[in-house]
Amino acid sequence: MIELRGLHKSFGQNHVLAGVDLSIERGKSMVIIGGSGTGKSVLLKSILGLIIPDQGQILVDGGDVTQADRDAFLAQFGMLFQGGALFDSLPVWQNIAFRLMRGSLERPKDEARYIAIEKLRRVGLKPDVADQFPAELSGGMQKRVSLARAIAGDPEIIFFDEPTTGLDPIMSGVINDLIREIVVDMGATAMTITHDMTSVRTIADDVAMLHAGRIQWTGPVGDMDQSGDPYIDQFINGRADGPIEAIR
Amino acid sequence: MTGALGALGSTVLAMLASIGRVVIFASNTVKHLALPPFYPREFFQALVQIGWLSLPVVGLTAFFTGGALALQIYAGGARFGAEAVVPSIVAIGMVRELGPVLGGLMVAARVASSIAAEIGTMKVTEQIDALVTLSTDPMKYLTLPRVLAATLSLPILVAVGDAIGIFGGFLVGVNRLDFNAAAYLKNTVDFLETADVVSGMVKGAVFGFIVALIGCYHGMNSGRGAQGVGRATKSAVVLASVLILAANYILTEVFFTS
Repeated sequence: MIELRGLHKSFGQNHVLAGVDLSIERGKSMVIIGGSGTGKSVLLKSILGLIIPDQGQILVDGGDVTQADRDAFLAQFGMLFQGGALFDSLPVWQNIAFRLMRGSLERPKDEARYIAIEKLRRVGLKPDVADQFPAELSGGMQKRVSLARAIAGDPEIIFFDEPTTGLDPIMSGVINDLIREIVVDMGATAMTITHDMTSVRTIADDVAMLHAGRIQWTGPVGDMDQSGDPYIDQFINGRADGPIEAIR
Repeated sequence: MTGALGALGSTVLAMLASIGRVVIFASNTVKHLALPPFYPREFFQALVQIGWLSLPVVGLTAFFTGGALALQIYAGGARFGAEAVVPSIVAIGMVRELGPVLGGLMVAARVASSIAAEIGTMKVTEQIDALVTLSTDPMKYLTLPRVLAATLSLPILVAVGDAIGIFGGFLVGVNRLDFNAAAYLKNTVDFLETADVVSGMVKGAVFGFIVALIGCYHGMNSGRGAQGVGRATKSAVVLASVLILAANYILTEVFFTS
């Protein structure tokens, strides 16, 4: 279970997070929605320790993440980055097996390669992709490889940062289905940030909307359309008029 | 007046803050030398990229510099009948000064820029964040292997550059200035001392450390987008070059005036 308590983060005069309180239950898929620049990525990176919050607490399974052993803590996580963030200098299989070739999850090279190819199959790619370099792959394939890397260490918690950005609608659908399947199969806790409503409806068990640095609304995805909250209503229906100011 | 003083104060403070950040970055890098894990594969890759692949540019620079130096010393020496000093001055000039400084500057242009651009691009494409989430410290995985490889390979590059530079001077001396080949070589060997060679190599090690450290520092602190990476690359080359020249003066003071 992930719990965020009173999380604050500012960059200069810009108060990006202004007291975020949120709980994500173990094995559930939480999707955070919100407009561009509302701090979704900052929230996610704060949990991973990539950004240090100014104030507040982040608890994973009851333990404060700032007190945890860093290597052991990160070994529980898998992360799919928005642009893939694959290492250009390494072939695909070494990207996927990166965590398995060093650190606490290290194992023999042959075994790491075998697992990498298994994970490639899991995301619908053929083994002959294993020895190619990321730059040789299409955007959709890179996203799948990045997904394979995120699940390579069988993590208990997986984060997805804008998983369908830059993909065509069909490939977005494929990635959304894959994410849902993988999260259900692995029984992992998932946290996704997106503003793609198709992703939200496919991936989410629960939804939280971030607005003005706070959680504006949270609840099961089935309740989202009847939330009665004017902010979430405007957002999910993509209306220019409403309480959220749109810059024209 | 107050506005101008305020602006000057802000600039000085910003400069001091930058120096502080570079010093902290350098001390963090050195601290990681003693702490596992180590990444030998990344170290050997950096050794090839920084050391081996810089050999042509350092060699060519040294060769032409040695040749030009021989011509200049001959022309200058002829004014007071001291043409015979060409072999010894070429050797001492190359080994003490021009070999390490020009080698360092060429490596700064080639390596500091490529390190800053590579790491800067990794930063803006979130590859550095990805490393952290994969339980890998970027300082250990990216910075330490490059800094170590540059510090160890630059002295060797300088030594090879010295030899090529002296050879350039020898070719010009023998073919253009009518020196006797055997006498030229004897003069070179007689006048050169071990301390000259060692001081040049020590300079090389310091310059190698500076080049890789500054390249990594600017890469890690690169701004967003193509403009941010471009600025980081430019700053890395400029700062590394200036620091090499400043360090060269300090090292020369230490080695040759005491």
